[in-house]
Amino acid sequence: MAEQATGISRRGFLKASATAGGAFLLGFHLPVLARGMDQEAVEAAFSPNAWVRIEPDGDVTVLVGSSEMGQGVMTAIPMLLAEELDADWQRVRAEFAPADAAYTNPIIGQQLTGGSTAVRGFWRPVREAGAAAREMLVAAAAGRWGVDAAACTVESGVVRHDASGRSAGFGELAAAAAEQPVPDSVFLKDPDQFTLLGRPAERLDVPQKVTGEALFGQDVQVPGAWVASIEHPPVFGGKVKRWDGSKSRQINGVNEILEVESGVSVLADGFWKATKGREALEVEWDLGPNAGVGSEDIRGRFRRAVGGGTTVRKEGQGAAGGRSASKTLEADYEVPFLAHACMEPMNCTADVRADGCDVWVPTQAQTRTQQTAMAVTGLPKEKVRVHTTFLGGGFGRRSEQDFVREAVDLSQRVGRPIKLMWTREDDIRHDYYRPATYNRFAGAVDDDGMPVLWSHGIAGPSIMSRVSPSAVKNGVDNTSVEGAANLPYSIPDLEVRYALVDTPVPVGFWRSVGSSQNAFVTECFLDELAALGGRDPFQVRRALLADRPRHKRVLERAAEAIGWDNGPPKGRHRGIAVAKSFGSYAAQAAEVSVEAGEVRVHRVTCAIDCGRVVNPDTIRAQMESGIVYGLTAALKGAITLKDGRVEQSNFHDYRLLALDEMPEVEVDIIDSEADPGGVGEPGTPPIAPAVANAVFAATGKPVRRLPIRLA
Amino acid sequence: MVKLRINGRAEELDVDGEMPLLWALRDELGLMGTKYGCGIAQCGACTVHVDGEPVRSCVTPVTQVAGKEVRTIEGLSPDGGHPVQRAWVAEQVPQCGFWQSGQILSAAALLEREPRPDDAAIDEAMKGILCRCGTYSRVRAAVKRAGREMAGEVDDG
Repeated sequence: MAEQATGISRRGFLKASATAGGAFLLGFHLPVLARGMDQEAVEAAFSPNAWVRIEPDGDVTVLVGSSEMGQGVMTAIPMLLAEELDADWQRVRAEFAPADAAYTNPIIGQQLTGGSTAVRGFWRPVREAGAAAREMLVAAAAGRWGVDAAACTVESGVVRHDASGRSAGFGELAAAAAEQPVPDSVFLKDPDQFTLLGRPAERLDVPQKVTGEALFGQDVQVPGAWVASIEHPPVFGGKVKRWDGSKSRQINGVNEILEVESGVSVLADGFWKATKGREALEVEWDLGPNAGVGSEDIRGRFRRAVGGGTTVRKEGQGAAGGRSASKTLEADYEVPFLAHACMEPMNCTADVRADGCDVWVPTQAQTRTQQTAMAVTGLPKEKVRVHTTFLGGGFGRRSEQDFVREAVDLSQRVGRPIKLMWTREDDIRHDYYRPATYNRFAGAVDDDGMPVLWSHGIAGPSIMSRVSPSAVKNGVDNTSVEGAANLPYSIPDLEVRYALVDTPVPVGFWRSVGSSQNAFVTECFLDELAALGGRDPFQVRRALLADRPRHKRVLERAAEAIGWDNGPPKGRHRGIAVAKSFGSYAAQAAEVSVEAGEVRVHRVTCAIDCGRVVNPDTIRAQMESGIVYGLTAALKGAITLKDGRVEQSNFHDYRLLALDEMPEVEVDIIDSEADPGGVGEPGTPPIAPAVANAVFAATGKPVRRLPIRLA
Repeated sequence: MVKLRINGRAEELDVDGEMPLLWALRDELGLMGTKYGCGIAQCGACTVHVDGEPVRSCVTPVTQVAGKEVRTIEGLSPDGGHPVQRAWVAEQVPQCGFWQSGQILSAAALLEREPRPDDAAIDEAMKGILCRCGTYSRVRAAVKRAGREMAGEVDDG
């Protein structure tokens, strides 16, 4: 049955407007669209809503309010719209939308790309927008031909009336469609009728990415702009005490040196000149209270707190249970802080004038960017325009606004456009890091070797206490316990506790957030319990997931794909892990060898159940991507502190997985009729435990700390 | 004045001779396809061809390439039709796409030297170009595909 969406126009989501030249715009954001576009183009086009514009030549442009950071949203959103519009996919293009309430993600309540929410949030509204536009085009055709709209069909951008043999393309119908009333309700297709969704589509952004034409933040060129590079304090919380820029000023191309809130900024005629100026800068810092802090101090704080705090989940007798236990086990697990290391270092270009402000930025968070610029300049919302570029990686880092604040502030101070560019060293040393955590487990198995007790204490810092303090309830930040509090296994006595421990290290959202570390610690401790009970780790999971069919299915598919039951080839060892995150279920099995103290990952099988599939090729790519991101964390990544300073600075000491270390990856997408789940993040959590469990199988020694070190 | 040949065109730049080629390309000539990723020749995003060889432009002083032929992503083909670019589309390699030009130019240089590289040769030539999005499997497949095309083999797949 086709699904009916009602009350569309009453919700104000779709509202038709005709412009003077017969263009058709639907939606309250008409002024926004008009502002961003050439007026003549607006008047010639049919833009039934915030999402789509149909040109007189039949080209369909979809405005994407989500940020494209590699995850394929610039193709997925147009697919959703084109499906219900019955557009000709070959004529569909994508454009970045401005910052506007029309693009608020319903799951987040802001225009923000994060939490793997784009397709989940826009699955209905964008399809409704496409269906409404289609209905108006059909009404226009039926009116012109004097036929019943119900007798018309649409396929590939053409409306037809078979009985009379008439047909018209979308472009020809644009002006008349604008005159049609917005439908109060539309029918969405039955998924059986989908022609685009669920089939692999080529990404719309690939052609411009292979020619170098795609515009990233780093590539923005605004006439008259100075490039800014900021010397930040070496210690978190440090401040400028005094500085001397006289040597910097002697460098050719250095125009200005200014103290700003976050440090001392050199403004020059180009990036290299700005960094030369920075090298010549003399700054004396007030290092503040964190100057003596090192990683071991932070670890000590965690260790003192772990086991305390708040109980976030309790089953049966909780940590006091396990009466039927025959064997018990205690283990401590820990993970380090991690930098995002986006390929494109942070940057932002801002032009603040008396009459308004333009910000060109690779951001995941248009709403926050607009608010940040409003707060710095005092300008009203309608005078702050956010131009989103392509993002050279995001991973959560680009939801932050530190670099936006710096660029807008500098532009306002000097009264000219400023292109702020961070160096890679700035990027590694001034991140909002994935939280480090310390975990204490106690568990037990019964006479059958099945787990009967699970006690898990987490100690670590809170992301939300900075980002949104009201989201911390009873001392618990949900982002710290996700992936742990929702442990899927049926274990009769179970308790999960969380102790919030602040540290001087700023923490933020890092691809898959709490699940990135909690999947590692929980899935590895489960393997330890399986070993304690003398059982196969895959079979233990199967048994404990008896009433979790979606977890169980991906687990079985990943195991089957790697040939779990047949055992690994000689010299190889296997591990498996499963995790639900962001509405999707992912399991991965890894095959590794351990030779001469080196772990090599040869093969990974991945099964993903993310509900209804939009673009299967994107899902495959995102699983490959999540695996590589997680492998870097498993095998290499650690941010450490000494004397309050981040010890790492660039890719020579914060290493990323390289091409010659890439395992063979097979992805199996589960056929599902459930609503879509996330895709950008769920591929990351299972890989670290799958690999660590394989190393455990190889060495007999559990891996309790990341990155994996065999010594 | 530093005299350069960039993508077949003669350019004269009034810059400090120590300026890395990367910044001459980007800030002086406005060629934005070559990216800054690390500044210390660790990531490969800034790779260009100098006399056909892949070079990390972020650590190459501009005077060092005076009189030599520099090729950037903008000069690889007029329309994105170089076999490597076509293979990149066919295999749907890019995700964020930021390090694409470094990968594509490295692959093009490899295939000009060695049209049918095996996995080990691909690993050796391409391992210096990092990718945080994890496109590596597709990079390998695309290099092989482009090699087949450059070798004149019909490729329907």
